[in-house]
Amino acid sequence: MKSMLLALLFVPLAGAFSAHASEAGYRLDRAPIDPRDLLSLQSGARTFVNYCLNCHSAQYMRYNRLTELGLTESQIRDNLILTDAKVGDTMKVALTLKDGKAMFGAAPPDLSVIGRSRSADWLYTYLRTFYRDPKSPTGWNNAAFPQAAMPHALWSLQGERALEVVAGKNHGPAEYQWSQISAGTQNTVQYDTTVRDLVNFLVYIGEPAANDRKRLGIVVLFALLILFVFAYLLKKEYWKDVK
Amino acid sequence: MAGRLMALWDWFDSRMPSVAEEFRKHMAEYYAPKNFNFWYFFGALSILLLAIQIVSGIFLTMNYKPDANLAFGSVEYIMRDVPGGWLIRYIHSTGASAFFAVIYLHMFRGLLYGSYKQPRELIWIFGMLIYLTLMAEAFLGYLLPWGQMSYWGAQVIVNLFATIPFIGPDLALWIRGDYVVGDATLNRFFALHVIAVPLALLGLVAAHILALHDVGSNNPDGIEIKKKKGPDGHPLDGIPFHPYYTVKDIAGAVIFMMLFCAILFFVPEVGGYFLEYNNFVPADPLKTPAHIAPLWYFTPFYSILRAVPPLFNSQFPGVALFGLSTMILFLLPWLDRSPVKSIRYRGPLFKSAVAIFVVTFLVLGYLGTEPVTVWGQFGSWLGYVDVATVAARIFTLLYFAFFFLMPWYTAIDKCKPEPDRVTM
Repeated sequence: MKSMLLALLFVPLAGAFSAHASEAGYRLDRAPIDPRDLLSLQSGARTFVNYCLNCHSAQYMRYNRLTELGLTESQIRDNLILTDAKVGDTMKVALTLKDGKAMFGAAPPDLSVIGRSRSADWLYTYLRTFYRDPKSPTGWNNAAFPQAAMPHALWSLQGERALEVVAGKNHGPAEYQWSQISAGTQNTVQYDTTVRDLVNFLVYIGEPAANDRKRLGIVVLFALLILFVFAYLLKKEYWKDVK
Repeated sequence: MAGRLMALWDWFDSRMPSVAEEFRKHMAEYYAPKNFNFWYFFGALSILLLAIQIVSGIFLTMNYKPDANLAFGSVEYIMRDVPGGWLIRYIHSTGASAFFAVIYLHMFRGLLYGSYKQPRELIWIFGMLIYLTLMAEAFLGYLLPWGQMSYWGAQVIVNLFATIPFIGPDLALWIRGDYVVGDATLNRFFALHVIAVPLALLGLVAAHILALHDVGSNNPDGIEIKKKKGPDGHPLDGIPFHPYYTVKDIAGAVIFMMLFCAILFFVPEVGGYFLEYNNFVPADPLKTPAHIAPLWYFTPFYSILRAVPPLFNSQFPGVALFGLSTMILFLLPWLDRSPVKSIRYRGPLFKSAVAIFVVTFLVLGYLGTEPVTVWGQFGSWLGYVDVATVAARIFTLLYFAFFFLMPWYTAIDKCKPEPDRVTM
């Protein structure tokens, strides 16, 4: 009875990990990110400042925090700050929300915590599923996020692709048939790695303290374990005389 | 050194003897039954969580800005630029959910062992008031991060008040301080969250504990230990709360802290259940999220709210049942007509009712976190209704049946004889 009740307590948690999904029903690819891979994070930072940070800000993230990724302040200043920002500034852009809305129909959102509101898998899939669509105002559309206002910012790397959606047989899932219209500067494997690194970086700036958090957590749990030994022995000592 | 300290204590004690007196009354000479089990940790743990929430909350207010333009950013500032800020924030966010988990288990203990029954009705009523106050506290605090879920959750809940006949719209306007949730709402919710409601909570907790210590604690056997006293006038089955239960509760608290810290340090979002993903999007009054769900601790009641169809074009029936679903708990001491308190000596009817109630509460809780389409739809012959809505309606009926049928099934249930003395 008791164990059944405890088991029931955890039943609702079973559905917890499906809470993120693509609204289009496009199956998300798993993002092979690694928050401790500094080279990947550095490469993601480079892609981010070159391709994203023109329209999107990350206004809660400071440039000099990237020293956590093994970079020096002068490296950050020389390679990652493409504006006149100081190294202690946050990642802001000149594009105002109003201009952004006028240009794209929707203001480009701030990306500081995009890795937390959207999952890594979603971002990884989204950035790899743009296709040419003459009917859309930007000429681009996206399989994971249909009617996305953003054009394909990384198209020079991935090249242009076309998508044909074939309805599934017997109400099964639709089939997505991709074809390459023109080549980019990277092949599929290189492009997937670029996006993997970028998503890794977006997840990192979503919660820069995440690595510290896990490190401290191990110490705290270990300390509590030792404290428990003493607390338990104390309890046992006192309760000896309770008959 | 020790001599000096003792002298200092004597100096203090001779001027204010009530400190030592109260300590004796509520700790060293408060006799608690010696057979408390696992379920009896949650009272002390809720005190611990109250302290954790107050202390972490004080530190959060040092950097939080209750301003619609600055609130979201100030939370991110705490998460990034305030040294240790992320830790304080996660302690507070994990603490909120943990508080409800502990309170639900504490209340369930009361149900299992009939702790609300005569002579402990007042303790139960104070406890229920604490629970309702805590719900208000959680709801008010959830607006403060000013994310999409904060904003739209507050919008939905305040609009519930607007459905009340006649006074509704004015009442909602009065609560918001504006025609939509806005800066004025954020400011007043902040004021209520950090001072008004916590003060009420502290007072109610004091009343809850004083009421408990006047009649004495119940126990897993549901028999009164005060009926069997030794020659010293103390209950034979009682032991002084201090040191016995203080040391036991410390050990329990350490185990609890391990669980708490495992969540806090490794999965602070708990898959969107403790921190919703959509709440990392700043509040946007012009963009309603496709799926608005409260945090998990409100979802059983939220399911009931959603399950009730509108009547005469008004959502009020749902709101009324939503209110009734929490308020009915106040009546528990009078709905339960069983001659025994503990589930150990109750008959099969009550045991089955509790089992069904637990399943009902969990299913309603789960459904409340999901869109109504989660289980698909019935076919055309049933008019394409959502399976989850039908399920929520059935479980809503079961939820209320548990309470409304209680006077009947507890009265006719075949109880076992209670023992004379507590069993270990």
